[in-house]
Amino acid sequence: MATPIGPLDYTRRLWVRLTLLVVFVFLYAPIATLIAFSFNDSRRNIVWNGFTLKYYEKALGNEGLIEAFANSLTIAVLSTLVSIVLGALVAVLLWRFRFPGKAGYEGVVALPIVIPEICMGVAMLAFFSRIGWPSDMVWPFNLSAIIIAHVSFSFPFVAVVVRARLEGFNRELAEAAQDLGATEWQVFRDVMIPFLRPGLVAGGMLAFTLSLDDFVITFFTSGPNTVTFPVKVYSMVRFSVTPEVNAASTVLIVVTVVMTAAALWMQHRAGMKAEEAAG
Amino acid sequence: MESWRRNPLVFWVTGLPPTAWLLLFFLVPLALVWVLSFAELRGVVEMEVTGTFANYVRALDPLYLQIFGKSFVFAGLTTLVSLVFGFPVALAIVFAPRRWRAVLLLLVILPFWTNLLIRTYALIAVLRTRGFVNFTLEWFWEKANAVLSLLGLGSFQLLGERFEPLELLYNNTAVVIGLVYVHLPFMVLPLYASLEKLDRSLIEAALDLGASQFRAFATVVVPLALPGIISGAILVFIPALGSFLTPDLLGGTDSQMIANVIERQFKSANDWPFGSALSFLLMYLTFGALALRALYTRRTAGQGRA
Repeated sequence: MATPIGPLDYTRRLWVRLTLLVVFVFLYAPIATLIAFSFNDSRRNIVWNGFTLKYYEKALGNEGLIEAFANSLTIAVLSTLVSIVLGALVAVLLWRFRFPGKAGYEGVVALPIVIPEICMGVAMLAFFSRIGWPSDMVWPFNLSAIIIAHVSFSFPFVAVVVRARLEGFNRELAEAAQDLGATEWQVFRDVMIPFLRPGLVAGGMLAFTLSLDDFVITFFTSGPNTVTFPVKVYSMVRFSVTPEVNAASTVLIVVTVVMTAAALWMQHRAGMKAEEAAG
Repeated sequence: MESWRRNPLVFWVTGLPPTAWLLLFFLVPLALVWVLSFAELRGVVEMEVTGTFANYVRALDPLYLQIFGKSFVFAGLTTLVSLVFGFPVALAIVFAPRRWRAVLLLLVILPFWTNLLIRTYALIAVLRTRGFVNFTLEWFWEKANAVLSLLGLGSFQLLGERFEPLELLYNNTAVVIGLVYVHLPFMVLPLYASLEKLDRSLIEAALDLGASQFRAFATVVVPLALPGIISGAILVFIPALGSFLTPDLLGGTDSQMIANVIERQFKSANDWPFGSALSFLLMYLTFGALALRALYTRRTAGQGRA
């Protein structure tokens, strides 16, 4: 500490440290208070009255909330599975082939990533109501419109992740397999897929969190019987701030943070393995 | 990379499913909205596509122009505030000791993993009149009053008769605070990426040649970080411009942005043609911003080659 601040020690300058402090308090104080006060034994939500889990019990007893949570998870799982397949196919297509109009095709694939959510939401609303997509099917088919919309915005993200992984693929491996008599399908299944697995997992996790988090597009595709967790929380939040919502939110925060951390860890581990194998 | 002709079967098997999906469940819906933007309302829900430009002309109405303007101001302010606070953060991360770097980066990204709605909700709980910010202020107010009483000044009520909570929610400031809260990581990450590549000896050279810290910062660090600044600005500006949730939950009646007007046309006002025209205008603005960035990167890339 006694050493003088060097000319490039920006991190040790007061103004930088103050900004860092302000930004992190700004980023974390709201979330921290939200989590802390989900355990607070007071409806007023401001004064600390002791630890309780009763709002978690209440949230668990709220059938609408549980149903919305189950819907969200179902949608996330199904849309992730489809997104992984479609995203991987696009990534392989763009990585492997030259074809006329490729630059334009790449632009169109990236389109769902860049257009404003609201535009995509109203497009989905207009589309499903115009073609008369049935909304009264049995579970889980009543969620199909939402699942389709989620696949449309998440598979391009999967494609980006998988393609990044493909950049590191040694084409000679596939060629060697083919020289040894493997068919296209065998090369794909036994050489490409194992290599791509970390990318597929990471892309899948990304698609899963994107789906679980989405509010705007779901808001336009969900009906009264297909409420998802964010849509339910939205309707609750409009009325008031309650510890129950705090508890439910805390559960969702924990789920997404754990999922993302797991995805990063897996990617990291796969990277380490690849380094070991290479080195 | 091989030509698709060498292996047409594999080409079609990999290409067809995603392309068909994209076409059917993304491009067709978008095209439908585009077509609807040239339609006229007939009755309550009936629409007829007449090729009219009336919906676009209506968007030029001062009422809506003002909302477009406001959205631009909100998104611009959000970008500016994010830059002002994001730059020192990125700088601190780049020049931090190696083991701290990953931790600080993670701390910037972590809130980004939590649901947008939940983060906005958390902000409501903090900013509302009976929220923590006001609660903290009230606590200070009481303490200050107690000190004044001790000094024998209690009867003058120097700080007002009672604590007046600040109206922090449901106004334009709340919207900008909320937008910055949500978009700050988008600014820090590209800034970090470009500052990380920065050649430190250039700053040292400037300092050795007698430039002040400020001058070295303004004439060396900032220009070299410009690609990151531009990327960050675009990454913050575009989603901020199309925000729906933040103005909806944190804003007042006069803090509507374009997305809120679009939502209203499709839900309560039931004027889909006008809503469609507005959403295509928003999309054109988005593409415009992206094109500006593409132009900039192409120009700088050209300079690099020359």
